[in-house]
Amino acid sequence: MNINEIKKEFPIFDDKIQNNDLVYLDSANSSQKPRVVVDRIYDFYTKEFSNVGRSVHYLAVAATNLYEITRTSVQKYINASDRNEIVFTKGATEAINLVANTFGQKYLSEGDEVLLTELEHHSNYVPWHFLRKAKNIKIEFAEINDKGEITLESIKRKITNRTKIISVTHLSNVTGAILPIKEIVKLAHSKNIPVLIDGCQGAPHLKLDMQDLGCDFYAISGHKMYGPTGIGVLYAKKKWLDDLPPYQGGGGMINEVKKEGITYGELPNKYEAGTMATAQVIAFNESIKFMEKIGIENIEKHENDLMSYGLEILKKNNSVNIVGNPRDKGGVISFTIEGIHPHDIATILDEDGVAIRAGHHCCQILHDKLNLSATARASFGIYNTKDDIDKLNQSINNCKKIFNLK
Amino acid sequence: MNLKELYQEIILDHGKNPRNIGKFDNYNKDAKGHNPLCGDNVHVYLRLNENKKVEDISFEGSGCAISMASASLMTDLVRGKEENEVKEIVTDFLDMIKKKDELNSNILKEDEKTKLMSLSGVKQYPMRVKCATLSWHTLTSALDNSNKITNTEN
Repeated sequence: MNINEIKKEFPIFDDKIQNNDLVYLDSANSSQKPRVVVDRIYDFYTKEFSNVGRSVHYLAVAATNLYEITRTSVQKYINASDRNEIVFTKGATEAINLVANTFGQKYLSEGDEVLLTELEHHSNYVPWHFLRKAKNIKIEFAEINDKGEITLESIKRKITNRTKIISVTHLSNVTGAILPIKEIVKLAHSKNIPVLIDGCQGAPHLKLDMQDLGCDFYAISGHKMYGPTGIGVLYAKKKWLDDLPPYQGGGGMINEVKKEGITYGELPNKYEAGTMATAQVIAFNESIKFMEKIGIENIEKHENDLMSYGLEILKKNNSVNIVGNPRDKGGVISFTIEGIHPHDIATILDEDGVAIRAGHHCCQILHDKLNLSATARASFGIYNTKDDIDKLNQSINNCKKIFNLK
Repeated sequence: MNLKELYQEIILDHGKNPRNIGKFDNYNKDAKGHNPLCGDNVHVYLRLNENKKVEDISFEGSGCAISMASASLMTDLVRGKEENEVKEIVTDFLDMIKKKDELNSNILKEDEKTKLMSLSGVKQYPMRVKCATLSWHTLTSALDNSNKITNTEN
């Protein structure tokens, strides 16, 4: 696998950004897009555009077929047992909201508990908070250990006979901890508790097999998988999609509409109300093909190599503190520098063309727990090289110089 | 404008060792400010005497060098000023940080203006302008007795 050749497939790296070669270390936030994905959007709009699922003319039928091809691709990519278990959403956030809303409506009542973890992104907390407000449910948080991991034990400790659903991240966007999902699902299912996985960081970096993981729901973000923005996927076991009420109402999701009543459409239409992000769904198929061509095992290995190298280099740099030290870790390195606020770090790195993220990364619960107001984060994608990490380190040294640190 | 100019000595100094930090006892006005993008918080306390003069002012908070330096310089410069003068300084500062190249108010002395102008480079970094303005907006809320938490996104 030649990373430099792969990098050439990403047009963003063709030109200088503010007179610098771009060192993009913000893929956990959103990944860059390969040319095939960008071109697919252009081609669809210029040569093939029509709305899907409604009209019978040539373009409408062709667009519908393309849209449904992505559904099958996603099904195969994540090894779901049925293509109707794939629901397109506007993102992972909407996927989680869909489950919280519909599951909450049907199965949660006052005093029931939802179990999350302290690692969760706001998108896997706020939707449940809505239910806390509306239905007076309780939200429990499994606690991290001193390595920034969530163990099976910490989940077990918080399960009670009121726990109605467990919703956890696959891979932390701050500490990089990979959660023992299979074990969590096994434990939860032994107590008849369904499990939702926030796969925002898991899907771009780890091999996915829904039938092997066994989870009930899995939320995916397209734009973190080299795909367009505005597209996500909710994987849900068919029994849930059949059982739960619809989420949004509108065109496309109905069976029959009368003044006195409405019946809803079959899967997958039931959860896809209104005109969907058609071009993005169609282009998302190219992202999947792109990742399949490289091979998720190769992506995982490359990012792990980068992470090991990054940890080695940054640990040698005194005054850099790495946040979390999980045994099982994905391509994310969060850090602080004693005496320099992460926002100052990010601004100074940006001047050297090094794009990182600084802040609480939508994980205020975790930052409060760690007693940090903010951290700086470098995260990796398939296009990153060891050279990028060397540049990160040089730029960190530049920061220290500006702030008169040794 | 380059980074060296943004992170010049005065900002680093005030950023690392902010003046007027901590709550004092007999304040009679205060307000909180919050920047949801980065989680920075600031709490401004001041004492306005019967002549509407700022007798004392301080702040609590944590944040980047720019936000700390800005709050530190602000509290230094408005102490002893009358309320209407403070408001004029605030407006002048906010105009400068967003668009103008200079401070126009005659209330501040030349050396005070020079200090404050050290923050002018922030306008080159649009994402960081809010770091510099948070404490100033919060000061306005405190003077106006607004109980609302100042939020950079509103």
